[in-house]
Amino acid sequence: MLYREAGEFKTSYSDDSQTFPITFDRSVFYITLIIAFAVVPFFVSSYMANAVLVPFLIWSIVAIGLNILTGYCGQVSLGTGGFMAVGAYACYKLMTSFPDLNIFFSVLLAGVVTAFVGVLFGLPSLRIKGFYLAVATLAAQFFLVWLFNKVPWFYNYSASGQITAPERTLFGIIITGPNTLPWAKYLFCLMIVVLVALVARNLTRGNLGRKWMAIRDMDIAAEIIGVNPLTAKLSAFAVSSFFIGIGGALFFSVYLGAVEVGEAFGINQSFIALFIIIIGGLGSIFGSFVGAAFIVLMPVLLKNIMVGVLEWPTDIAAHFEFIIVGGLIVTFLILEPHGLAQLWRVIKEKLRLWPFPH
Amino acid sequence: MKLTKLAAIAAVALTAASPVMAELVFPSLSYRTGAYAVGGIPFADGYADYMTLVNERDGGVGGVATRILECETGYNTAKGVECYEATKGEGALIYQPLSTGITYQLIPKASADGIPVHSMGYGRTSAANGKVFNWIFNYPANYWTGASAAINYFNAEDGGLSGKKVALVYHNSGYGKEPIRTLEELSKKHGYELMLVPVDHPGQEQKSQWLQIRQQKPDYVLLWGWGVMNQVAIQEAANIRFPMENMMGIWWSGAEADVIPAGEASNGYKALALTGVGNDYPVFADIQKYVVDAGKAAGAGDQIGTVPYNRGIYAAMLAVEAVKVAQAMHSTADITPAMMRDGMENLNIDEALMTALGMPNFGPTFSVSCENHGGPGLASVTQWDAAAGKWNVIAPFAAPDMDVIGPLIAEDSAAFAAENNITPACK
Repeated sequence: MLYREAGEFKTSYSDDSQTFPITFDRSVFYITLIIAFAVVPFFVSSYMANAVLVPFLIWSIVAIGLNILTGYCGQVSLGTGGFMAVGAYACYKLMTSFPDLNIFFSVLLAGVVTAFVGVLFGLPSLRIKGFYLAVATLAAQFFLVWLFNKVPWFYNYSASGQITAPERTLFGIIITGPNTLPWAKYLFCLMIVVLVALVARNLTRGNLGRKWMAIRDMDIAAEIIGVNPLTAKLSAFAVSSFFIGIGGALFFSVYLGAVEVGEAFGINQSFIALFIIIIGGLGSIFGSFVGAAFIVLMPVLLKNIMVGVLEWPTDIAAHFEFIIVGGLIVTFLILEPHGLAQLWRVIKEKLRLWPFPH
Repeated sequence: MKLTKLAAIAAVALTAASPVMAELVFPSLSYRTGAYAVGGIPFADGYADYMTLVNERDGGVGGVATRILECETGYNTAKGVECYEATKGEGALIYQPLSTGITYQLIPKASADGIPVHSMGYGRTSAANGKVFNWIFNYPANYWTGASAAINYFNAEDGGLSGKKVALVYHNSGYGKEPIRTLEELSKKHGYELMLVPVDHPGQEQKSQWLQIRQQKPDYVLLWGWGVMNQVAIQEAANIRFPMENMMGIWWSGAEADVIPAGEASNGYKALALTGVGNDYPVFADIQKYVVDAGKAAGAGDQIGTVPYNRGIYAAMLAVEAVKVAQAMHSTADITPAMMRDGMENLNIDEALMTALGMPNFGPTFSVSCENHGGPGLASVTQWDAAAGKWNVIAPFAAPDMDVIGPLIAEDSAAFAAENNITPACK
């Protein structure tokens, strides 16, 4: 009753092809944005920002990046952690080499650097696909982590190999470093998330996105109808790595503040990113957000319930957390193999017909 | 989006509900799960048991009860940040995260929030310079003094390391890399050749590293591992028949759990020690009486007297003594983190105090000052007796080569100060 397109008449092509054609969707989207930008920053606590919202936003960026490559272009990648590391180290080198550079541009340029590295490691995708490509990108993961461990130039010759984010500002507001206020961190990440999501959404709806999807669905057929696999695949690698690099840069500079490449950007991160898009839904921007929320926030929520409310011992809670999250993943995948985004799509279909489905 | 909001609401509700009453809050960022739990569990048990003992036997510190706020990190830095954020609002007095990675995270954050961090025998070595790191302490010893102690021991035993080869088998992380700079400096002084053998997290597979050692035949091996990596390294060393008495671990690679899996083969393995070994100290009788027999032991209660457990007790004891100093200095029982910092900076551990606490000769005597947050860096050497199943102290607490380490600390802390616009000064 509430959720329907009946009665909505589109009089121009741009109206008809907008992201949210249904008024109800559109208004929910704008209300969410308004709440996120204008209400949350006034109430966000240090814990909420540092342990809940900022990691959620950053993982959403990474998931959008990986979704472009894997979900839209069909190239399976296990190198996400490595590409995040490229973003983080590029951001660190930019921050320390050019102290006057605005943090926004450091993050953006870190994404550009990662895009180049991504294209480089994307070259094998022109010859191999599927599992074999996954193994090739796995090599990227291990090589990049090894590189940042091995070459002291990347970590400015510090004794322990750790990189620490110095204090940097945007319009005089501190964004990185220990003195950052929670709302500044949150708003900075939110702004970048919104930009990334808008760009990604529009890229995937356009010419480029259609080429990617053609390659994903059947590369030979795509080639016959005139899609150049070289540009399509490499552009997917470039755009995907650009986003993942931005995510990695934020992960290091805004979220953690100090990282050690082996731990912060190990193979685990690659798996987490892959889980996020599989749970959320391959080839869906919305799915990237839901997946990130599920994988990143569910453990925090469970921990707070089990330790904070039920007062269980911390080790039992930690083990239960694995069991419950694992169980939920399996349950969701059995109920809806195409991810939470598909579940949402089904719900929407049902809502349109409700309450008279016949 | 639904889940986000749910999580947000729950998290807000949970953090808002913190009780308000006079107590001394000690967050314990422990790890009882994962590849490093083998060291994390006994340390957390020791830390919690000592705090329980203080409550049960003495009625708290200066009449104020202590409270342990345990949070599971799994030795993971992101979870460590979450734990820090979750616990700092509850009046946390001091952080002892038992993880070099998490310590690096907390150094800038805790300094900005004004909460002291005590990284006892780990963390950033140059934090010993209290003028730059006002809030960070790493007494009584750190990685660089540990590296020096190991080299000094082998140097004395061997009658000169000139022309010898020393291999460092290390956890390929900030923790494992810390000693490299010191070992390089010391190699110039003693004339040995340093061979670096990194092992990646978690270190369950070390065949290639030990093959390399078998081929290149170093005279001595220093082990800088943690968690499962230690057991595997000692087992692999036994497999290639590396002489155990020429192998020495840092204090994080010298627990019972590290040597027992290799059985008889680990006999003679040496390790540095921060504290006394075994449970032959009066304080353990009190722990038995007030904590274990009362059914208040943390964890499974089966770790008492092991090396990491003793270290947990020692860490808790140093924290409690710092609280006492702070209470005396500010003449209030309910202290703040800032007062705690003052207490730590004026801490003085002498033999009379240790005896009074039931820990005679348990640790070195030392005092802390603003210039020196690192203490004297004393470490003893222990050797594993596989037949008896216990560690024996074979060299007493000895001083490291501060002529070499002092300038390194000054250099590294100056670099940190420059990077972060800190003007070195006492607080």
